[in-house]
Amino acid sequence: MSQQKRIFIEHTLFIIAVILCGLLIENTYYLQIITFIGINTLLALGLNMLMGYAGQVSLGHAAFYGIGAYTTAILSTTFGISPWIALVCAVGGAIFVAFIVGLPTLKLSGYYLGMGTLGFGMIVNIIFREWSSVTGGSSGFVGIPMLELGSILFEAGKSYFFLVWGVVFVAIVICRRILASRMGRALRSIHDGENASMAVGVNTHILKLQIFMFSAALGSIAGFLYAHFVMFISPDSFGFMVSVKMVTMVVIGGMASVWGAILGASLLTLLPEVLHSFQEYEMIIFGLILMIVMIFMPQGLTRGLIDIYEHSHKSRSGSKANIKKTN
Amino acid sequence: MNQRKINVFVWAIAVMLVIAPIIGTSSAMAASAYKIGGIFDSTGPASFLGDPEKKTMEMMVEQINASGGIDGQKVEAIIYDSEGDPAKAVSAVNKLLHKDNVLAIIGPSTTPTTLAIVNFVEKAKVPLISCAAGIEITSPVKPWVFKTAQSDLLAVAAIYKTMQARNIKKIGIITVANAFGESGKKQLVGQAKDFGITVVQQESFGPNDTDTTAQLTKIKSASPDAIVCWGTNPGPAVVAKNIKQLKINIPLYQSHGVASPKFIELAGEAAEGITLPTGKILVTKLLDASDAQKKILEKYEADYKAKFNANVSGFGGYSYDAMVMLANAIKGSGGDKEKIRAALESTKKYMGITGEFNFSATDHNGLTPDAFVMVEIKGGTWKLLDK
Amino acid sequence: MQEIIQYLFSGITTGSIYAVIAVGLSMLYSSTELINFSHGEFVMLGAMGIVTIWVHLALPLPLAFALTVAAVAFMGMLFERLAIRTAKKHQPITLVIITVGASILLRGVAMIIWGKDPFSVPQFSSHESIEIAGAALVPQSLFIVIAAFILAGTIHLFFKQTLTGKAMVACAVNKKAAWLSGIPSETMGVLAFIISTGTGAAAGIFIAPITMSSYDMGTILGLKGFCAAMIGGLGSLWGAFAGGILLGVLESLGAGLISSGLKDAIAFILLLLILYICPGGLFSAKVAKRF
Repeated sequence: MSQQKRIFIEHTLFIIAVILCGLLIENTYYLQIITFIGINTLLALGLNMLMGYAGQVSLGHAAFYGIGAYTTAILSTTFGISPWIALVCAVGGAIFVAFIVGLPTLKLSGYYLGMGTLGFGMIVNIIFREWSSVTGGSSGFVGIPMLELGSILFEAGKSYFFLVWGVVFVAIVICRRILASRMGRALRSIHDGENASMAVGVNTHILKLQIFMFSAALGSIAGFLYAHFVMFISPDSFGFMVSVKMVTMVVIGGMASVWGAILGASLLTLLPEVLHSFQEYEMIIFGLILMIVMIFMPQGLTRGLIDIYEHSHKSRSGSKANIKKTN
Repeated sequence: MNQRKINVFVWAIAVMLVIAPIIGTSSAMAASAYKIGGIFDSTGPASFLGDPEKKTMEMMVEQINASGGIDGQKVEAIIYDSEGDPAKAVSAVNKLLHKDNVLAIIGPSTTPTTLAIVNFVEKAKVPLISCAAGIEITSPVKPWVFKTAQSDLLAVAAIYKTMQARNIKKIGIITVANAFGESGKKQLVGQAKDFGITVVQQESFGPNDTDTTAQLTKIKSASPDAIVCWGTNPGPAVVAKNIKQLKINIPLYQSHGVASPKFIELAGEAAEGITLPTGKILVTKLLDASDAQKKILEKYEADYKAKFNANVSGFGGYSYDAMVMLANAIKGSGGDKEKIRAALESTKKYMGITGEFNFSATDHNGLTPDAFVMVEIKGGTWKLLDK
Repeated sequence: MQEIIQYLFSGITTGSIYAVIAVGLSMLYSSTELINFSHGEFVMLGAMGIVTIWVHLALPLPLAFALTVAAVAFMGMLFERLAIRTAKKHQPITLVIITVGASILLRGVAMIIWGKDPFSVPQFSSHESIEIAGAALVPQSLFIVIAAFILAGTIHLFFKQTLTGKAMVACAVNKKAAWLSGIPSETMGVLAFIISTGTGAAAGIFIAPITMSSYDMGTILGLKGFCAAMIGGLGSLWGAFAGGILLGVLESLGAGLISSGLKDAIAFILLLLILYICPGGLFSAKVAKRF
């Protein structure tokens, strides 16, 4: 009961925070950054389900992000189909690809799984680049239309901000639901010991495949939102380094934590903005921060910050206790 | 455990100490000035473009301010690095448009990063002068978007004209697998017919490939009269070296993407005999004294060398021309963006580093094919080819 | 036919570059169970080091070679002491992200030191290309293939013949048992890093003359090396070697016979098929179940 209450409070706080942000922030630049954080959060959420809960690493997740973006771009621009129908196709396409690829790939484990997904990501990226008659090739795909719903036109600024964070909220609720279900418990059992969970009757392969397809769907939704936000996509935005960035977001935020995904996405989106002023030294400082966070907060920022808070709390109450004693 | 926590705080404080003053100084800038934004790929794979462009812009702003600014107002440049990443370019353009409130923007350096931000400047109605080559940027014409770099269209035309004169009929092409190479390939294949040339073999290589002998072997077996390589350093230097190693005796043509002394240094002996199109900046010394561009080229070369102690490349010229034309357009506009745009569009007969610009409502690039000259590499230096 | 031989030549040349890089990665994995994603950056440091010491300072080649390898291996040692050792008890995925951070850091440092322009290094010998059955073979390719063999062979002998090498193997098999029998596992960890980054630097030095060196050359090389090590089977020295050659040849044949734009895709599709058939790599030493 108290668990449910806590989740309810968390969700309410989240909605209030989003509405407050949306109402108080007027500057399009800041709104745009928070919108990017939202898109990255979707990516991190999906990957976090796969990595944090099921314990399966994917180094090619940017492929699904790209599939979502390119599907909607091609359908809505080249064929003039409504973007909302394109969204359904994008998600369906990503899930289908995840099924075909996941079937053999998820039988691998550890670094081999990393290698398998990496290879998949590279192949998809090469397709984006080389199939230039359809995808526009390396120069990119121009002229993606804006999203429209009835009389609302979603453009950079408040309307898009609310759209993205609304989607993030729904995604968080769905993730929570999955985790609280039988499936969620089975997932965690895979993370802790695949053989043991197999022994108690969990069909681990199907389960891994399902969660892989789910995270692919989230990735493709993020790609859809990205494509209609920037209105231009190119293969560079979905390359290997983006996959690595996604893994970094999950790990640095804190694995197996929904809020960790938001934290990780925020850090990796905001850091480059803040570091702009360092110019040439940006890379050095970015690398250093990544290393330092991982060395001193191996469980990620969520756990690390809680630790620091609890520690300072404890030491404060501890010192109080000492004062009492001396009195 | 306690020690760990202390460590964490020490690191955190150290990071804060480094970041805080820099953020502080960057926000405490002069209040009243014409603000001009710059977005360049000063790091990342296109840094050979972005770096000189950024430096040139900084130098130009300094010069303008030293001579009293524009209409008595100082100019302030706010420059961001897009690292060749379209998402970063979008972020930078929003910062310039909505946080820094700039009058106009120069850059970005590459076609994808430019295309990514075009929608945003169009909507915000802020003039943009791109330094990228892609023809898609200004065709179809968008009211607020201009560009100073020569289109690949002109470079290919210049190469094909030379080939026609040398009676070359069949060519094999090898292009780099990025936006620059792809745009070049499109033009090479598209224009071939107009010059009576057939492309017998098309190959590509990755920007960081260590070896291209497989592709070259395949081109060799198609026995073309010439090979055209379209890419930016270091790939084309590898291609040139591989051609020598494989003992392929077919003349090699390169693109303007390698038109810098760096290419000769990288390719070494293998650079001998290569023909390529370039802006006039590379061959300033070889130009006739009567050439209208010679004076301005010499001044830019000397200024750049004095300030950065580095050789100029044609790429910095893109932002030079953008900056001069923009400064001229701002003059008398009182900071009104619509007036600046109109003034830019009516720029006529501006003689710049890249060539003579004549903008109009239907042409936002404004260059003609004579913006390129053909050069051959002989004895480790450039030799001007006769027209 | 003549073309096929040429494709094989260039495939084997690039393949042996991948092989040396893969051997370094695989060797480190077998002693520390860690995949170093900044390995490619150490290769880059090797190439840039030879640019500075041999080309710019004009020291004799053997001395420049030794100095570069030593300097890079020292960097590897620093990396182990400062970052990996401090975080030793962390999960493998955390360590992987630390190495990713290190790779960004090293690239940034190299950009500041050497600038953004690429450098060219002359061939080690001034011999002309050799012609075999109508296909040209560059002397530098021969150097690379021979160097790859020598490096892999030396590491093989080191593991099989010397006491230190055997101690490192023992650490890899079971750290606690090795510690019980008096092997200082920490020293072995440092040693593994030194050897691994040292071979990385050597790889960088050998490829510098056939390609161009720049601060961002390492990422793609590290990636290809990682793939090669995976195909061969992690922890297997000759597996990594074979994986590297296979990757190079597949790429070259793909470029020559099918399409150069799709060469990486062709190579990766075949590699994935191999992984599906033997999930532990071609020569899997043991099942790698960590992450």
